[in-house]
Amino acid sequence: MGTTVRPGRIAVHIALVLYTILALGPILLILINAFKTRRAIFADPLGLPNGQTWTTIGFDRVFANSDFGLYFFNSLTVTVVSLVLIVLIGAMAAWALTEYKFPGNTLIGLYLAIGIMVPIRLGSVSILRMMVELNLVNTLTALILVYVAQGLPLAILILGEFIQQIPKDLRDAARCDGVSEYRIFASIILPLISPAIATVAVFTMVPVWNDLWFPLILAPGDGKQTITLGVQQFIGQYVTDWNAVLASLTLAIAPVLVLYLLFSRYLVRGLTAGAVK
Amino acid sequence: MADVSLHGVAKSFGATEILRDINLSVEDGEFVVFVGPSGCGKSTLLRIIAGLETVSGGEIRIGSRRVNELPPADRKIAMVFQSYALYPHMNVYKNMAFGLKFAKTNKAEVDRRVRQAAEILKLTPLLDRKPRELSGGQRQRVAIGRAIVRNPSVFLFDEPLSNLDAALRVNTRLEIAKLHRDLGATMIYVTHDQVEAMTLASKIVVMNHGRIEQVGAPLELYRHPRNLFVAGFIGSPRMNFIKGQVLRLEGSNATIGFAGTEAIVNVRSGSLAAGDPVTVGIRPEHMEEGGAEATSLRGTIDAVEQLGESSYVYMRLASGDDVIVRAPGETDATPGGSYTAHVPPRALHVFDAAGVSVLAGRGEESDG
Repeated sequence: MGTTVRPGRIAVHIALVLYTILALGPILLILINAFKTRRAIFADPLGLPNGQTWTTIGFDRVFANSDFGLYFFNSLTVTVVSLVLIVLIGAMAAWALTEYKFPGNTLIGLYLAIGIMVPIRLGSVSILRMMVELNLVNTLTALILVYVAQGLPLAILILGEFIQQIPKDLRDAARCDGVSEYRIFASIILPLISPAIATVAVFTMVPVWNDLWFPLILAPGDGKQTITLGVQQFIGQYVTDWNAVLASLTLAIAPVLVLYLLFSRYLVRGLTAGAVK
Repeated sequence: MADVSLHGVAKSFGATEILRDINLSVEDGEFVVFVGPSGCGKSTLLRIIAGLETVSGGEIRIGSRRVNELPPADRKIAMVFQSYALYPHMNVYKNMAFGLKFAKTNKAEVDRRVRQAAEILKLTPLLDRKPRELSGGQRQRVAIGRAIVRNPSVFLFDEPLSNLDAALRVNTRLEIAKLHRDLGATMIYVTHDQVEAMTLASKIVVMNHGRIEQVGAPLELYRHPRNLFVAGFIGSPRMNFIKGQVLRLEGSNATIGFAGTEAIVNVRSGSLAAGDPVTVGIRPEHMEEGGAEATSLRGTIDAVEQLGESSYVYMRLASGDDVIVRAPGETDATPGGSYTAHVPPRALHVFDAAGVSVLAGRGEESDG
């Protein structure tokens, strides 16, 4: 082992490296061009910034001409609140659906599965109408509600699978110990599915942070724009301020990266090792 | 204080009957072992006593209380699971203290009890370890420790040794027996291994197909199995069964013919008639090599297993029955050769066509 490298492994690694380049390329492109003059961006898009082309004018303009801080705060609020709600409600629902047998159990499971198959954007018109009736247009609440609905089905599916893998004896042992059902959920189930929660969090967070569609139709009003929508003001029909666009995108990547690094620690951890046998 | 009694307990999942009409009483301080093949309902019965399963009928009493409606935590029981069921994200100390935290026990008392249990089980140096850092035997001890700290009236063990290797199993078996002596608590133990049952139990409950076949002290079951199932289940290697027939009947003395030989046994009056088919049972360890006495079995040797202190001779009789003989020490027998085993008539078991023992003075004992 170790000394001989099988051709299959090399192929896999080539594929992985290619995919990594493909995934990181655009991000790198944004990063290097955010610090270049407009002329340099068009003259040499792949070149690194040097003494002549270096500039932070994009960032200056972003902070000067827009409420970047506000957009950023809006995005962060929507993402974090949605994330917490999805994980919490999702885990509770998954626990209920896998642990307790009650009439309608399978039906609810199927209903939620449909939510995975049908994209929520198909319902945009009805959602907008509903939000208008509820007086929620131009609020962050509208966005959070939609994102929670969008994220829940997959979260419940993934977390349910994980909860099922937790040995039944553990719950029975806790019950014999006189631990309440809520406590079992909070003290035993939640810690043991933390790798799954990290997975769900990452899968949920990125689309919510990046979404342009729902902010555009549900909360386009002043003061409620998210960062993706805020960037749009630099993209004009006739003139696009590329420096500002790239600078704000650079700033927008940062929090996702931080959250990802936070969760990825748990992603690959087998916490259940040693639970049984 | 903590006797357990079951009255007409029944359990079914849908149309499948798992347990039917179970009646059993376990005295305070007794060590009762439920034994039976897999699927006989023994684990379900234990879980019913624990309160992890509901019953479809009947009543369960612990102490003098009816506990049918009580959740596990209020039954004063503690259960040790086959898989140990340790909380993987907590260290040994927390595993043992976890249940007490919610029982409104104060911190100092929790600490005292955990340390005491750890002392008893030699777990003190391991208190800070996580379950995954422990060996199988240590995990088993933590699981037992978690039960001890609850100070239960009844301990329930669900096949606690089946995940351990053979040597450790013997050790842990002895530890559990010692624990029972020291604590004096009522213990109910489920296993499919009849050796564990024989060595640990003060009372064995043999179960099959959701029914209790026989209840009794280990040696009582060994000596006087009430039916074919118990006879075959208790004892290793298993009892030999040979088809036979009642040749003559004089009062309670029946002459049974089997495998070309015959023997006179004392049977319950009225239980047999001349000409009835019977099954004759004889334990491998009760036969002796050689001997041309009246009752002996002759056959061809299929295989020989030498264990040093004893030898197992597998032979096929002319009647087609396969018989195992346990000969003490080493043997000269070789496969292909012929073999004769003497059968002492007093060691015979005789079962009627329905599989019930017909020996006089046996098979009539009432359930414990």
